[in-house]
Amino acid sequence: PRQMRGSRSKALPDRALVNCQYSMATFSTGERRRRPHGDRQAGELALHLKQTFEAAILTRLYPRSQIDIYVQILQADGGNYCACVNAATLAVMDAGIPMRDYVCACSAGLAEDTPLADLSSPEEAAGGPRLVLALLPASGQIALLQLSARLHQERLEAALEAAGQACR
Amino acid sequence: MAAITMRLPVARKAVGPSASSRGGEKHLVAPGDTITTDTGYMRGHGTYVDEEKLIASVAGAVERVNKLVCVKALKTRYNGEVGDIVVGRITEVQQKRWKVETNSRLDSVLLLSSMNLPGGELRRRSAEDELAMRDYLQEGDLISAEVQSVFSDGAVSLHTRSLKYGKLGQGVLVQVSPSLVKRQKTHFHDLPCGASVILGNNGFIWIYPTPEQKDEEAGGFTTNLEPVPLSEREVISRLRNCIVALVTQKLMLFDTSILYCYEASLPHQIKDIIKPEVMEEIVLETRQRLLDLEG
Repeated sequence: PRQMRGSRSKALPDRALVNCQYSMATFSTGERRRRPHGDRQAGELALHLKQTFEAAILTRLYPRSQIDIYVQILQADGGNYCACVNAATLAVMDAGIPMRDYVCACSAGLAEDTPLADLSSPEEAAGGPRLVLALLPASGQIALLQLSARLHQERLEAALEAAGQACR
Repeated sequence: MAAITMRLPVARKAVGPSASSRGGEKHLVAPGDTITTDTGYMRGHGTYVDEEKLIASVAGAVERVNKLVCVKALKTRYNGEVGDIVVGRITEVQQKRWKVETNSRLDSVLLLSSMNLPGGELRRRSAEDELAMRDYLQEGDLISAEVQSVFSDGAVSLHTRSLKYGKLGQGVLVQVSPSLVKRQKTHFHDLPCGASVILGNNGFIWIYPTPEQKDEEAGGFTTNLEPVPLSEREVISRLRNCIVALVTQKLMLFDTSILYCYEASLPHQIKDIIKPEVMEEIVLETRQRLLDLEG
């Protein structure tokens, strides 16, 4: 937590502002990608990280200050968001910022009725439904749940269970 | 071209329990761990209450004083206490005050009325003083000051109302975590090895050559820009490396520990102290001597 940089007007009077930035190194994926700082995926993931950590960090203790979380992916092989969340949890804990609990994240998917946990990038690219879950293990509260592609309601329970199991 | 040594990261080996043979086991917790389900305790820093359970919110050791339970984390931001000495850097010059960065959550404030005027005179600060603020302290200057009061949101108000505080001249700044600086009676030390050190409670440590004349009428405004001789520079660099070594091994910083570490490092070259093996050796020796001192 530190003094607000940038515009003072954005400072919340009773809480800390969590500021996340996500970027990928050029050598992280299969083919070398150019500097994607304005990437839409980067913006979306940064927003998800921000929401997750606003739920997990006790921001009421730090009025008018800001907490910055910068994440950079060195090697992407599926589960980018999950790795970011896990790494950021450890960083926040190391900095001594009070949090409700560890935040563990894991992705899960379905391949012909078998729930798979922690998808790698070929499995993600296969096109099946994908579920990302960020969990606070001790209390069992969900910080973020994201689903892409359609999933049948009955299958939801199984996939959720698999991801939860992997987080713990 | 000089050869550069590269080191690959390797898992750190845990410091054995024999190294810190203080009595009593420390109860270590991580966020989310339940400390106790007994409702008789009051909760302190680093804890929160959830459904009648006291849960830790930082990773650290549990400290219990009668009915108060708190968790002390290893690395925190500086929380101001009245009467602490801090070393800070000016970030902004505002209307009647300076904003000082002191490794805390919010920038500290140094009011013009809390600052000594050159010559030590006491008079009401006028509009000319306001305009001349930038002549005294600019952005980027380092000062030493004492905490006067703490605002409700945690911001700290400083004052330099004594001749020993003021702008800092030539020297080396070492930034460490505030939890490693031991609270003592005085934080200004003149070490016998030939340099002086200011241990700021906020984790900023300033090492500088000992000034010859002890009485300074200027009140700390004029910076001494004479060239510092090589022998003193060597002493200062060695001290800085020693402090960095103590910090990596997580030893509390106070004048005796820094002095012992300096003496233990004399057989090594200054640039060797940064190497991990040499660091461990020196700090082990320091720890031994400190234990001998206590026991």
